[in-house]
Amino acid sequence: MASMRDIKRRKSSIQGTQQITKAMKLVSTVKLQRARAGAERSKDYFMCMYDTVNSILQRVGHVEHRYLNPRSEGKKAVIVITSNRGLAGGYNSNVAKLITRNPEFSTEDTLVYTLGNKGRDIFLRQGYEVRDCGGEIVENPAYADAMTLSARVLQAYEDGEVNQIFLAYTAFKNTVSHIPTLLKLLPVDVTTVQGDEEKEEGPSAVMNFEPEDVEALNLIIPKYMTSLIYGALMEAVASENGARMQAMDNATSNAEEMISDLSLKYNRARQGSITQELTEIIAGAEAIG
Amino acid sequence: MAEKDSLLLRVITPDRVFYENRVKMVEFNTTEGEIGILPGHIPLTVIVKPGVLNITEADGEKMAALHSGFAEILPERVTILAEIIEWPEEIDEKRAEAAKERAEDRIRTKSSETDLLRAETALQRAVARIEVLR
Repeated sequence: MASMRDIKRRKSSIQGTQQITKAMKLVSTVKLQRARAGAERSKDYFMCMYDTVNSILQRVGHVEHRYLNPRSEGKKAVIVITSNRGLAGGYNSNVAKLITRNPEFSTEDTLVYTLGNKGRDIFLRQGYEVRDCGGEIVENPAYADAMTLSARVLQAYEDGEVNQIFLAYTAFKNTVSHIPTLLKLLPVDVTTVQGDEEKEEGPSAVMNFEPEDVEALNLIIPKYMTSLIYGALMEAVASENGARMQAMDNATSNAEEMISDLSLKYNRARQGSITQELTEIIAGAEAIG
Repeated sequence: MAEKDSLLLRVITPDRVFYENRVKMVEFNTTEGEIGILPGHIPLTVIVKPGVLNITEADGEKMAALHSGFAEILPERVTILAEIIEWPEEIDEKRAEAAKERAEDRIRTKSSETDLLRAETALQRAVARIEVLR
């Protein structure tokens, strides 16, 4: 049995850890609230964008356009949004698994654009070709960051370096439920987009475009992509803090459990030593007497 | 304001709803030229070019510098999805002036095709900002 001093030391160390996890939980709760408000504000913009792009694609139908038709040559590009710091449960590894466990994304023909240092480290370790897009962006995403990133990836698409663009992030459903999501950005899948639209037939049947449809696509699709990336960033940040809050909450309650377990052991050891001392004194007294 | 002679204008940016109100008229710059929208306009989608957004409300006018985005126009509703837009009080005049000079400089010296395009957009933006302030 461990000595009283050992148990006491162990207990105070766990108490220290518990204080830290408790503080971290509080911090991520506050951050979560802020991130969630941000994600909700960006939703308005995103929904409008989605509707407009839908209505354009519906009118245009199947045309030859580099943003709509798949090409054969080139690699697959994936934008992966992760966090900079750990201690967030399975947040980072769940997103990474979408790619590493997917046979479609082999290390040879996948280009990974990482946001967040954790993701960069994971993919480098797995042997993927990684283009680091910086970690600061996920701390406080701005729309301008999404624009830069989307322009960079789009350039690779235009150059023929990549033929498909995917986006992997953690969708924020609510405080406790975050879903790792893989989304195809380019080429835009006309059929799936249209399928959605048919359910909700809008009253605006005749829409005109200035400039013409196809030209409008050139300008609107990059904006559409940017807004998707931005929306994903906002959701990912909210998910990160949600995941961290949950992880820290678990850690705090685990620490609580261990502390009560150790208290019990400590008291037992204390009682044991008192009993032993008493036995020794009585035995000594008897020997003298 | 009566429903008939007004339209609902919504200006949405990625991180906020910039403006939402019933207005009499909206004017801004598009890739096809300047456009003025009154209630009852035909359905139209246009791409925004840097310029001044002029909003005529029932009791006065409002201006903002609108830099990029696109707009969906319906007979009773206009939605502008703006990537970048600023109210006059959010604009730093000195910075805009400096940006204008820098852009003009670059256009004058012109080094390559892509640079020129970027400089021109920068110039349009700076001019829009300064115009709103005036």
